[in-house]
Amino acid sequence: MTEIDHRVYLAASAIVFVIGFYSLLVQAHVLRRIMALNVMGSGVFLFLIALGSQTPGPVPDPVPRAMVLTGIVVSVCATGLALALADRVQDTTDRCEISEANRHTASSDRKSGIEAEHSEGSAS
Amino acid sequence: MALLILAPLTTAALAVVIPRRGRGLAFVTAVVVGAAVTGLFRELRDHGVRIHQVGGWGAPLGIDLRVDGLALLMLCVTAGIGIAVALYATRYFASNLNLGQNRPQEPKDEATHRDYYFWPIFLFLWTALNALFLSADIFNLYVTLELLGFAAVTLVALAGGPAALSAALRYLTVSLSASLFYLLGVGLVFGQCGTVDLPSLAAQRESGPALWVALGLMTGGLITKAALFPMHFWLPPAHANAPAPVSALLSALVVKGPFYILLRLWFEAFPTLLTPAVTQGFGVLGAGAILWGSIQALRQQRLKLLVAYSTVAQLGYLFLLLPLCSNSGGGGMAWSGALMLLGAHACAKAAMFLAAGNILHVTGHDRIQGLDGFARSLPMSAFAFGLAGLSLVGLPPSGGFAGKWLLLNAALTQGQWWWVAILLIGGLLAAAYVARVLTHAFTHLDGEATVRHALPRIMEWTPLGLALLAVLLGFASDGAARLLEVGAPALAQAAKGRMEP
Repeated sequence: MTEIDHRVYLAASAIVFVIGFYSLLVQAHVLRRIMALNVMGSGVFLFLIALGSQTPGPVPDPVPRAMVLTGIVVSVCATGLALALADRVQDTTDRCEISEANRHTASSDRKSGIEAEHSEGSAS
Repeated sequence: MALLILAPLTTAALAVVIPRRGRGLAFVTAVVVGAAVTGLFRELRDHGVRIHQVGGWGAPLGIDLRVDGLALLMLCVTAGIGIAVALYATRYFASNLNLGQNRPQEPKDEATHRDYYFWPIFLFLWTALNALFLSADIFNLYVTLELLGFAAVTLVALAGGPAALSAALRYLTVSLSASLFYLLGVGLVFGQCGTVDLPSLAAQRESGPALWVALGLMTGGLITKAALFPMHFWLPPAHANAPAPVSALLSALVVKGPFYILLRLWFEAFPTLLTPAVTQGFGVLGAGAILWGSIQALRQQRLKLLVAYSTVAQLGYLFLLLPLCSNSGGGGMAWSGALMLLGAHACAKAAMFLAAGNILHVTGHDRIQGLDGFARSLPMSAFAFGLAGLSLVGLPPSGGFAGKWLLLNAALTQGQWWWVAILLIGGLLAAAYVARVLTHAFTHLDGEATVRHALPRIMEWTPLGLALLAVLLGFASDGAARLLEVGAPALAQAAKGRMEP
């Protein structure tokens, strides 16, 4: 019973992580990207928790839990920093999309290609 | 050893509380860290690898700090660049400077504001770097990597302005997702091996599909953070839009952090998985970085972007270490060559960015076309830029030459001639883009010198000092190589084990 459970959690964590990463590549809006990062993080944490319950016996392995706690602290800080930065970007540029951020990673799915003048690429 | 982390952390916290004293606190830190690194050097020379158990708890339960030759080298480079940049920044942030490109002068209080924020974040960055180089387990490395990323992103955002802010935001998202990939890999390794401690991992010598996936995830995250081609796309805007001292810190030190973890991971924890296919793959990416970065550098119209693309190219050389170090014969040579190159690049690139900051400050822009004759108004910065370029190109007697020479020798010894070709072409391309700037510097010297703002003397001397250091490093290559070999038995053996099977 528990064996099946932890496999389900492992699979679920992989799915959550991939969903998060996919929307990070596809979404242009900053808030959506920050949320995508959080979803990715949740996937990783779920994975670590599932690993902890893998060990036989009633007491789960405490080390992955300690890692998750640390990870959550880090991710809260990261979200705070990202939101503050996004706020500043919106104040100064009146836009809330990351320009050209996914030019190299997911060019086919990109929604806005209009900010070409901000790209630091080739011959600008 | 713990002092190396505690000192900058304490002063950083103090600098948040009393921002007026930020500069003084940075100098206290510089003195303490300098003394600690010197002390550590003595200990290492006399007693070999040093381990510090935080709070008295041993490796499997507690957190170990460890210093060997490689770590000490990185700590030395960090301390050197950190002190130089701090010296430069005292005047850079104090005088009311034109920081962004073509932005009008800003009110005095905003500059003060920036001065207040720079020092605590700079000290946090230093803390994160020292902690990263001292960490001996892969989860701790994750935490320090995140700290490093946060400090770096905040420093980029310090420039204000729309370009810098969106570059910072992009840097943050890329950096965070890369860290999550790394963390997922750490989880997999833990699930497979039951430990995250580097020496214990090395002792286990496990392999299997799960470990390959884990290493793939971690490596993917790390090369994104280290801006290895083709994951370098975030680097040029972030490094080019930051204030000059920040650009210098980012290019010289921050991107070396993930590279260091990569070395630890492949050479120390999982040397058995370092197959020829993997190493040649890294080499191909490195070669791609050298060629693509150099060609892009040639095509840039803005000086700081040129220097940033040059960083992309120079990072490529570091990754040539992997194919050259893990084959038979000359592995040790490649090892010390690549790390020599790392030190030389740190000094040279910091010098270049600081010199570029001077040029931006004095002329008010950094368009390469409009830089004619800047050698007249800024002779020392032009000289520093030239000297740093000397090291990047790899001309004797610079540190860049010593490093490339060792890499070349290793490649020739092993008959891997294709890397020799890449090294030579990379040198030629670097000569071309450095010359492109210098021809502008030394032409039309008869014209009017366009001095818009006077420049504090320390801002002229610091880049020159760094550039001289980069050139003189060539003479210190023997000592550095010995330090690396004496201090790093685990890593040296990993390389040697392959040499003499």
